Amino acid sequence: MITAFADPFEALLNLQRELDARLASDWLQDLTTSRGPFPPINVFQQGDDILAIIELPGIDSNDLQIQAKENTIRISGKKSVVYPNRVSVHRRERVFGEFDRTLTLPVNLDPDRVKAEYRDGILALFLPRAESDKPRTIKIN
Amino acid sequence: MASKQTLQVQQKRELEKKQETTIPARVFMPNADIYEDEDALTVVLEMPGVDKGNVEVSVEDGVLNVGGRLDFSKYQGLQPLYTEYNIGHYSRSFSLSNKIAQNKIAAEMKDGVLLLKLPKIEEAKPRTIQIK
Repeated sequence: MITAFADPFEALLNLQRELDARLASDWLQDLTTSRGPFPPINVFQQGDDILAIIELPGIDSNDLQIQAKENTIRISGKKSVVYPNRVSVHRRERVFGEFDRTLTLPVNLDPDRVKAEYRDGILALFLPRAESDKPRTIKIN
Repeated sequence: MASKQTLQVQQKRELEKKQETTIPARVFMPNADIYEDEDALTVVLEMPGVDKGNVEVSVEDGVLNVGGRLDFSKYQGLQPLYTEYNIGHYSRSFSLSNKIAQNKIAAEMKDGVLLLKLPKIEEAKPRTIQIK
């Protein structure tokens, strides 16, 4: 658990360090079935639930589909970059095109309570863990 | 484009500045598209996670500086499990030619995409010459 630091910059630096450290994490083992690596996804844990954060700037919400099932999430859509006609392009660094990515998680989700929010180019998926998936304590007689 | 190529993921490029920052945070260069039409030069920058209030655009000595700050409070209490990209503030600078009217630069921000319109000064616009 990340505890609240008195110095906000320390917290930021620690977050960035942890993100770097987990770039080679095998938490998902070989379960990420994807058609292509775009878009890059960060997965966080908040208590029992999972939060997936994806950077997709400039997407129209009509061009984005999210599907949730037991333990998979599928994000598909089209990122388009529109230029007016008759312009001369000096530099082109933004990517655009169609993407379709499926993420298989090692926990079961509750698809009815999945929430998605798209703001400022960030798509945040709140994935609550299914009740049946949570461990239950067993009393000893 | 007729053929469907798979989208490539671009790793974020870290900013290499000549001066050090006083804040111990990582800064990345946002992806930019630059295109030109008759009246203006347009620069489009992708800064996901930055909202309008956290963008700073300034012109100093003929250099256009663009900065975007991320709000890290949303990440409080989150434990990273699997990450594919890093997050940080954004900054990029462009030197402007004297053909740009520096006092008429307009900026617009939507969904993490910043659109900067740099209008050209009158003398730089193409003019057709009439043949008598």
